[in-house]
Amino acid sequence: MAGEMKIGAYVCKGCGIGERLNADQLATTATRDGKAAICQQHDYLCSEEGVNMIQNDIDNEGVNRVVIAACSRRAKTDAFAFKHVTLHRANLREGVIWVRPDSDDQQETTQEMADDYVRMACAEAKYSKVPEASGQQGVNRNILIVGGGVAGMTAALEASKAGYPCTIVEKAATLGGAVAQLYKTIPTKAPYADPQDSGVDELIAAIEADSNITVHLNSRTTNIAGAPGRFAADISAESGATVTKDFGAIVQASGFKPYDANQLPEFAYGKNKDVVTQLELEALAKAANGSAIKRPSDGKEVSSVVFVQCAGQRSKKEGHLEHCSGYCCSASIKQAMYFKDQNPDVETTIMYTDLRTPGAGGENFYRSGQKKGIIFTKSVVSEVVNGANPTVKFKDLILNEEAEVEADLVVLATGMVPNAGQATRAELTIEENEDKADAKSSGEAQVIRVEVESILNLDYRQGKDVPHMANGFADSHFICFPYETQRTGIYTAGPTRRPMDAKQAMDDAMGAAMRAIGEAENAGLGKAAHPRSGDLSFPTFRKEGCTQCKRCTVECPFGAINEDEQGYPVYNESRCRRCGTCMGACPVRVISFESYSVDTVGQQLKAVDIPEEFDEKPRILVLACENDAYPALDMAAQNKLEYSAFARVIPVRCLGSISLSWITDSLNSGFDGIMLMGCPSGDNYQCHFVKGSGTAQERMGKVGDTLQSLSLEKERVATYEISITDIHKVPKLINDMATTIEKIGMSPFKF
Amino acid sequence: MSTNTGMVEKYRNNFLKEVEANVEEGEWVKMCMQCGVCAGSCPLGSHWAHPPQEIFMMIRAGKRDEVLTSDSMWMCTSCYNCIVRCPRELPITHIMHGLANYAKRLGLTPKSQPTAWFSQVFWDNMMKKGRVNELKLGLSLYFKDGLVSGIKESIKHQKLGMNMMKAKRMSIAELFGGHGVKDISDLQKIIKKAEEIENARIESYGK
Repeated sequence: MAGEMKIGAYVCKGCGIGERLNADQLATTATRDGKAAICQQHDYLCSEEGVNMIQNDIDNEGVNRVVIAACSRRAKTDAFAFKHVTLHRANLREGVIWVRPDSDDQQETTQEMADDYVRMACAEAKYSKVPEASGQQGVNRNILIVGGGVAGMTAALEASKAGYPCTIVEKAATLGGAVAQLYKTIPTKAPYADPQDSGVDELIAAIEADSNITVHLNSRTTNIAGAPGRFAADISAESGATVTKDFGAIVQASGFKPYDANQLPEFAYGKNKDVVTQLELEALAKAANGSAIKRPSDGKEVSSVVFVQCAGQRSKKEGHLEHCSGYCCSASIKQAMYFKDQNPDVETTIMYTDLRTPGAGGENFYRSGQKKGIIFTKSVVSEVVNGANPTVKFKDLILNEEAEVEADLVVLATGMVPNAGQATRAELTIEENEDKADAKSSGEAQVIRVEVESILNLDYRQGKDVPHMANGFADSHFICFPYETQRTGIYTAGPTRRPMDAKQAMDDAMGAAMRAIGEAENAGLGKAAHPRSGDLSFPTFRKEGCTQCKRCTVECPFGAINEDEQGYPVYNESRCRRCGTCMGACPVRVISFESYSVDTVGQQLKAVDIPEEFDEKPRILVLACENDAYPALDMAAQNKLEYSAFARVIPVRCLGSISLSWITDSLNSGFDGIMLMGCPSGDNYQCHFVKGSGTAQERMGKVGDTLQSLSLEKERVATYEISITDIHKVPKLINDMATTIEKIGMSPFKF
Repeated sequence: MSTNTGMVEKYRNNFLKEVEANVEEGEWVKMCMQCGVCAGSCPLGSHWAHPPQEIFMMIRAGKRDEVLTSDSMWMCTSCYNCIVRCPRELPITHIMHGLANYAKRLGLTPKSQPTAWFSQVFWDNMMKKGRVNELKLGLSLYFKDGLVSGIKESIKHQKLGMNMMKAKRMSIAELFGGHGVKDISDLQKIIKKAEEIENARIESYGK
């Protein structure tokens, strides 16, 4: 940063702030305690005049740290968008006047609250730097697409249309994937009544005609190094020939493997040739090509067929799939139509427990099946008895009775197993990881929990593939991360992400292509991806202080940090989402962002004025996640829900970024209570950085020892899971903490 | 060969097809998606052996005798709750009446099913004069279960009967002949023709 640091503080008197608070005193606080070089007041700071006043100070007075004492940092962001300075907001509106009653007896504590927020914003300003370019930026507009099925091909065509050259890597000898094996597909156009051609040949033709798309058949990605904007991928053909190409972003559309029906002996699969899977029936239908479908055992024309839905699916039994594959009900209706359309007298029965036909046309297609005379029986199939004709034993769930039916052919809807590669280090515990790391350093082969072939072969510290979520899908939290994975710049599409049919996979591929393009461009600008979109700061570490403990490389939810030969972290800026989990992880506090560090928060909590013990004015520190808890507090304020005047709220990027030193520092400086508010963690996590809040909970588990060593009550530090909708809960929690402190008494650490 | 055995012959075990061909609105049965809204909506549902949802499933499962000899569809009071609520827009009330009608035609109606009995009394009463003789219809309903219970029932409704007579809504003279349409023979011809057409259609079922 060129030149001296100069803080300009600006106090707004609009929105009732001027009436409720003593603005002159706030200005004094800013200059005296906050060391602001310039302090101005304005009736409406967000007006053009107010903004120009600040801009003028930046341009002509050399102000490079702007402290705005007005509304929440989430409000008026368009007005207060100053370039080349750092911006700090003292939240006097949502944080003070809207949560406090407007009465004379409360005036004193309300003003104290506001003064503290001004001090805190100035303290943050003092320890912040303007983010500078890391020098890692580089644009590469080539997109790598792993998988040449309908999803991969759609992604390639869409990205190519947008002007981005694509490379498809397909392990098979032809494009088309699973859909190429189908006789027909589920209809995608109104009136959604009949099976339709898959269109896969047209897709392949379009790919071949597109000079912007390169296809590598019989090939795999054997190594992918780098980061968004500078991925270097080794593409190895079966022959062994390897080429290395550079890419800006990656779309992984590696599809699914059909569930192994041999795990279903109760359905006579493998014992009776006339018990087939859906995919095997497609082959029979392809062979028949519009004539009567013949069964495998004796070539007899099929006159009755039973479809068994959820075969080995939606079941917690060992070896079964727990999930619903989402496409099989529609697929069975489609396959029953293969028979009905050819000969309406063929008896077709679909045995289902819950018929699910997702998608716009799903219900129409179901109805069309009923009109064509397909019988739908709500039932649970218990067994398929082997015989000249297989016999299906089932329980009719409507009539509540056991029954059986003989058929020429039985089709099992066995569902999808994601083709998502290896479980990654992220899913292992820290101890397991350390074992692996030791094994690696001692030259042993790196063994990862499940012996599956890797798909991407990422050269990442945390594993070769994108982390999995429930049931082995390479998904991410779709609400928090649409189309994202836990690896920046790598986007999964199609059934590798979650179970879906061809149409959904193609729609998915468009989304993934769009995100890949966005990330390739982002990487060129050095900007963070969602959810801190556009953030230019990135983590660096002080090498002299680093103890090579590897905690940051292990705990990074996005695998952004590699290790060099000596075990020092190697940051990959464009992989990083700027959550600060590494900062919270670092036991020696050497990791920091330019605009967010152990100091920017640590100095804020030190700037809070702690009254003497006998003043009976406790102080409660609230560290609130900026994604959910802080907005919830803002909304509580908008609803004029009051909370204690003793609370001081500091927004944090993620609970995972909380340094334990903030806890000990605040306890030592006399805070009476500490509240940590993060997003829900666990299986149904809502943490925008996946593991941040969970990691924080784990770390805070050890805070009890700290409290004990200071002989403090354990109630003084509490962690909460807050959703953005917990508007009424948040103020109540703060008030509860105030009550608790009243009960257990003030902290003895006040000086 | 009775119509019933003829039907059994023709459709073998495909009762659904039989219903589609012979029962009024029967072609809708296959469209039921087993949501159970009809069963939940029926105000008399708890008195039915099989609510409509179950009847539809039984038809698909080929439970011919159980369905046709059931008294469930006779319990329908035509409140139309199920029709209004059915998400698949099945004319459930009409299907119930269609099934009842078909069962009666095949002679499978359960013995002494009161609704079936009353329907017959109503029809016979009306066909005599071309108009319903309300006094006679009411009395036959009162005396349905014999002389003693009939007298008891009549005494119970004595006041209502007297009031209706005072208001000239009912006349004791109706007991002796009663009024009818202008030319009963024309009506009988019309009905006879309709029956002929219907019978011809049913006869053709077996072929």
